[in-house]
Amino acid sequence: MVRYFIKRVLTLIPVLLAVSFLVFWLMSMTGDPARTIAGDTVTEAQLEQMRETMGLNEPITVRFGRWLSNALLHGDFGKSLYGDDCWKEFALRFPHTLKLAITSILLTIAIAVPFGIVAAVKQNSWVDTLLSSTAILGLSMPTFWMGMLLIVLFSVKLNWLPSGGDNGTILSLLMPMFCSAVNNVALVTRMTRSSMVDQIRADYLRTARAKGVSEKKVLWGHALKNALIPIITTIGTQLSFLIGGTTVIETVFSWPGVGSYTVACIRSNDFMPATCNVVLISTMTAVILIVVDMLYAFVDPRIKARYKRG
Amino acid sequence: MEKKTVLQIKDLHVRFDTDDSRVYAVNGVNLDLREQETIGLVGETGAGKTTTVLSVLRLLASNPGAITEGEILVNGKNVLKMSDSELEAMRGNEVAMVFQDPMTSLNPVMTVGDQIAEAIEIHEKVSKAQAFKLAKKMLETVGIPGYRAGDYPHQFSGGMKQRVVIAIAIACHPKILLADEPTTALDVTIQAQVLDLMKKMAEEFKTAMILITHDLGIVAETCERVAVMYAGRIVEIGTLEDVFNRTAHPYTEGLFNSLPDLSDRSHEPKPIKGLVPDPTDSYSDRCAFANRCPYAVEQCWQKHPEEIILSDTHMVMCDRYQEKGFHIERGTEHE
Repeated sequence: MVRYFIKRVLTLIPVLLAVSFLVFWLMSMTGDPARTIAGDTVTEAQLEQMRETMGLNEPITVRFGRWLSNALLHGDFGKSLYGDDCWKEFALRFPHTLKLAITSILLTIAIAVPFGIVAAVKQNSWVDTLLSSTAILGLSMPTFWMGMLLIVLFSVKLNWLPSGGDNGTILSLLMPMFCSAVNNVALVTRMTRSSMVDQIRADYLRTARAKGVSEKKVLWGHALKNALIPIITTIGTQLSFLIGGTTVIETVFSWPGVGSYTVACIRSNDFMPATCNVVLISTMTAVILIVVDMLYAFVDPRIKARYKRG
Repeated sequence: MEKKTVLQIKDLHVRFDTDDSRVYAVNGVNLDLREQETIGLVGETGAGKTTTVLSVLRLLASNPGAITEGEILVNGKNVLKMSDSELEAMRGNEVAMVFQDPMTSLNPVMTVGDQIAEAIEIHEKVSKAQAFKLAKKMLETVGIPGYRAGDYPHQFSGGMKQRVVIAIAIACHPKILLADEPTTALDVTIQAQVLDLMKKMAEEFKTAMILITHDLGIVAETCERVAVMYAGRIVEIGTLEDVFNRTAHPYTEGLFNSLPDLSDRSHEPKPIKGLVPDPTDSYSDRCAFANRCPYAVEQCWQKHPEEIILSDTHMVMCDRYQEKGFHIERGTEHE
């Protein structure tokens, strides 16, 4: 188990290096930061001078190497065009993103898993049809549109909730959390349903019933644990999306998260903070995927046995 | 001494409705199981053996399976009228079941110890730790070392898994054990071991047993009485002696004739002619076996045969026995 874990972490290193380089290289292709700073009024010679002082004329590999060693050795991810420390900027915004991601995924689990189980148990009944079509509705509704509808209703008309920002209370969290959960609830409900449908006629459930286990325990104890793997996978993937910041939701609700900040950086050719954000987010995504993989082992002893073998 | 009846199935009818047809799985089964006896329930695939037995625990998938008529009395209580909680209290405690395929009948993500302990925890007032201890003991009873209680089903062989299934079934010392072809999915060399184990357990815990099988050899070894099912009905029931030596029903005779005789190489097994019965037909207006029966006469096609009592222990569902002096080739003349 531990060996498998270490192996997984080690394979992470080349992946993250490749991702970092790719991001660094792509960012440097997107534009000329010197021109962004200088504006339109400078001469070509002045621009060249600026590029020289900013180190932009050196080969990409050299610049990447310097950036990487600074990042790894000193935790220095560079500075934005405005002179702000990239790491500090990230650390400022990430807690907001994380708060939104975690609460939203918890809300998703709390709604989607019971819904999925009910839909599977009442397979092909009206309850199932209702839940499944609601899920499709949730999946196909554009988040920005729903976000705006919510703002119109709860902020403008009823004046119950703040229309944007993170004021630290649950009130400001409610709408963005709900909005980013809707799509995921739909996805996870469908995944739970189909995974449970596979289990619900299994022989071992009949064995459990035959020894007097109550129907509730048969479903939540026996069937769900066997149906869990695809559900965990979906939730893990969705969580890693959320950690990256849901730009649309952050924009609609002026949520001070990482996603909208990264997009703003890219648009203004401010590629140091953009690179920093993307690399840090990819690292976290990779870690989440490993955690999901390790969770498999706790859910299914057969997978644990496979991990043990190497 | 007359033994107490522990399980009574009275006129049980089960049918399954599918989108385009209605399947008549069980069409009026009557069966009494007495204390500590073992009844062999034999018949071909689709005869309704499993459906009958599952009905006793009400384990048929409620949709589309439906028990339309009849009574099932466990120690005098009608299973079909039990509430959910009464049902849960009965399952595994008074009546337990061993299933056909040990490969799929254990939960793959639960240790075998937990799976046995779960039954004990539900029915006996013990703590979790005590239940697990008892589960270990139960494992040892079925011949698996107790330290393996923490292992998962995939770490056991098929025969061992079936031992675990048996351990689950007998964990609360049920008065009635239903065994649905417990050895069919197992290797031949393991079959005898598992059967011996079941027999031993039944004796040790004074459990009555219904053993479904289509192996007449197993019946001869383990059962005191035999019930032969055909097209959802019991067509012949009697003691081992009655059915094996004084065979009365033409279908039972057909079953015996279709067995190969190992002591006589020139003997050709004679399969029963014709097709298996149509499950969408309830055969309520004629004998279900008439089209395959060498003894069938006009009247067999005109009404459903009645249960004819040949002796205190022997019943046959064949109208030809109303004629004085009728007997089949294998059988003897009955008065």
